[in-house]
Amino acid sequence: MEIAMNTSEAVMSPESTIENGVLAPVRDAVGTPLLAREDARMTCRNVNVYYGEKHAIHDVSLDIGKNEVIAMIGPSGCGKSTFLRCLNRMNDTIDICRVQGQIRIDDQDIYDKSVDVVPLRAQVGMVFQKPNPFPKSIYDNIAYGPRIHGLSNNRTDLDEIVQGSLQKAGLWEEVKDRLDQPGTGLSGGQQQRLCIARAIAVSPEVILMDEPCSALDPIATARIEELIDELRSNFTIAIVTHSMQQAARVSQRTAYFHLGDLVEVGPTEEIFTNPSHKLTEDYITGRFG
Amino acid sequence: MSNQESMNRVRAGLARRYAAERRFRMYGVIAILLSLAFLLMLFVSIIGNGYTAFQQTYIKLDVNFDPAMLDPTGSGDMKIINRTGDFQGVIKQALRDAFPGVTKRGDKRNLYGLVSGGAGFELRDRLHADPGLMGRTVSIWVTADAEIDMVVKGHIDREVPEDDRRVKDQTIAWIDALVAEDRLEKRFNITFFTAGDSRNPEQAGIWGAAVGSVYTLIVTLVLSFPIGVAAAIYLEEFAPTNRFTDFIEVNINNLAAVPSIVFGLLGLAVFINFFGMPRSAPMVGGLVLTLMTLPTIIIASRAALKSVPPSIREAALGIGASKMQMVFHHVLPLAMPGMLTGAIIGMAQALGETAPLLMIGMVAFIVDIPGGVFDPSTVLPVQIYLWADSPERAFVERTSAAIMVLLAFLVTMNALAVLLRKRFEKRW
Ligand SMILES: Nc1ncnc2c1ncn2[C@@H]1O[C@H](COP(=O)(O)OP(=O)(O)O)[C@@H](O)[C@H]1O
Ligand SMILES: [Mg+2]
Repeated sequence: MEIAMNTSEAVMSPESTIENGVLAPVRDAVGTPLLAREDARMTCRNVNVYYGEKHAIHDVSLDIGKNEVIAMIGPSGCGKSTFLRCLNRMNDTIDICRVQGQIRIDDQDIYDKSVDVVPLRAQVGMVFQKPNPFPKSIYDNIAYGPRIHGLSNNRTDLDEIVQGSLQKAGLWEEVKDRLDQPGTGLSGGQQQRLCIARAIAVSPEVILMDEPCSALDPIATARIEELIDELRSNFTIAIVTHSMQQAARVSQRTAYFHLGDLVEVGPTEEIFTNPSHKLTEDYITGRFG
Repeated sequence: MSNQESMNRVRAGLARRYAAERRFRMYGVIAILLSLAFLLMLFVSIIGNGYTAFQQTYIKLDVNFDPAMLDPTGSGDMKIINRTGDFQGVIKQALRDAFPGVTKRGDKRNLYGLVSGGAGFELRDRLHADPGLMGRTVSIWVTADAEIDMVVKGHIDREVPEDDRRVKDQTIAWIDALVAEDRLEKRFNITFFTAGDSRNPEQAGIWGAAVGSVYTLIVTLVLSFPIGVAAAIYLEEFAPTNRFTDFIEVNINNLAAVPSIVFGLLGLAVFINFFGMPRSAPMVGGLVLTLMTLPTIIIASRAALKSVPPSIREAALGIGASKMQMVFHHVLPLAMPGMLTGAIIGMAQALGETAPLLMIGMVAFIVDIPGGVFDPSTVLPVQIYLWADSPERAFVERTSAAIMVLLAFLVTMNALAVLLRKRFEKRW
């Protein structure tokens, strides 16, 4: 296998890299290149995911830096969504799914038995491929998260959270006069921004986005991309995308997945102009995918 | 194959394709017409047989509320009068007065048969409502006997030779005389809608059975809907998938196919013989029907829960709702219309169910209107069964009328279901 053949360099324990505070490209056990970051908000080490017998993610180690947008690209079925869904344990809902390895946030392994997924998901929010607003009013869509987490003390607080979230998601001007109308009545792009507003209403630190624009037209896509760029100052964003142009436009770093392996990760510019791996090069030059 | 050639083939095949389509549509139309025809037949036969039951023949008599007969002790106390007054005697007197020519004993007995055996109670109720009638003579419409009613409605044919006819020429002559004097009339049959069962068809009503049905259904609904929905939610959303839950699932599906009479036997053995609950009670009927409807409601509710899109569940979980919050805030409201539909289907089945109720004694002849879930009572389908079994011609039309009432119940319930569903869907 091509990836395995590249394992010529010295293997270095990822943990030691962090402890030493060294910010340097290292390779993990199977030689997956890895950028350990000092400002990592989430650190993943040797993550393996199985669907029953199927080994969907192989030993992936990856850091997600604070206030960065990290894009995950790769051909269909390579495990991008699977990996992303590990980061807030959405995979828990799939019975046959097993996750091994470490995923840490605030030095806490999120797969530890003591960790409660409810606060975790408030901390690591998620936006899905297909816009999925609740069949409730626009207001209630946004207010739902703050309500269940008890983030507001009274109606005025809640109003402020709703307005603030919609403003951050760039949707306020379009919906401020019809907050009581169903969220499902909005256009696709508006619905997706509503879902983003819903995610940020609970003030997460990390937002996971799984191909958030794949169901949208180019104009709506451009709006969301702008929005992602604005959100970067307040949130850490991990985005899975099918479109390399999108990865190039919105992300600072890009991770390339191939058949369950993390092939390489690096600054977006470098990945797109000077990929160090043949598979990456083939993919971004459009030879397959 | 050239482009032209393939186009030609496509065209050649078109006629066949369209013919197949037309044929298929025709089958569909025929199927619908057939079922409509059967439905129409059913309705025509039921309504044709039953509509006359909504009218009843009444006879106007000049009744003398004679204190000598009604209050022989001169007490003036309504309670004593109610208990001991000879109201039937007063009616007989009025009949003798109306037909002074009748003197022979046998003829007199026939004459008394013109009015219902329960007419005395009607007089008693009148006097009770207005004690001032005592001692006066008033014209009062009293219920005619069912056989007279049948003659008036034409269900007993006058052309049939007298020997083969239940109502003799003499009686028919009296009827004609009463009609000539405007003393005989068909009126709306209030008794049918307000009375319980009776041996006299003209005194028999559907109300007792209707109330029994309502009590039974209330018990069924109150028990089966919450239990069924809770079971469905647990099985669908919370239960782990293992041998044990598989076993439960298989059993619930089997339970839905168990013949209802078996539930009746079970109810008899468990609720009546073991727990000592009263026979013929809506409470026991409701319990038995709950056993019967539970599988229906559970299966429908699980289907409704399954049909809620996973994206909604993900959305809720994704912002940190707990499983319970996801279920109760998002999944349940979306599944509710489907659950209600399932519940209504179950209730409609329960409303029409007869066999298991026979086993627990709801087939008894009960005259009183039940006042609660522990009072003996019967239900609409059992009442239909009882009347259908009675030989009197007047019960034939009452059977059909009772079927109409049962159908009206069903239609109302379904309309309610649609309304409820609309309400629930609008909120979301
Ligand atoms: N729920 C599941 N059950 C079983 N296999 C799954 C499931 N979800 C994804 N997979 C498998 O895991 C692999 C990665 O899938 P996914 O993460 O969805 O890929 P991507 O998002 O990169 O297209 C695929 O081979 C897919 O078939
Ligand atoms: Mg995917």
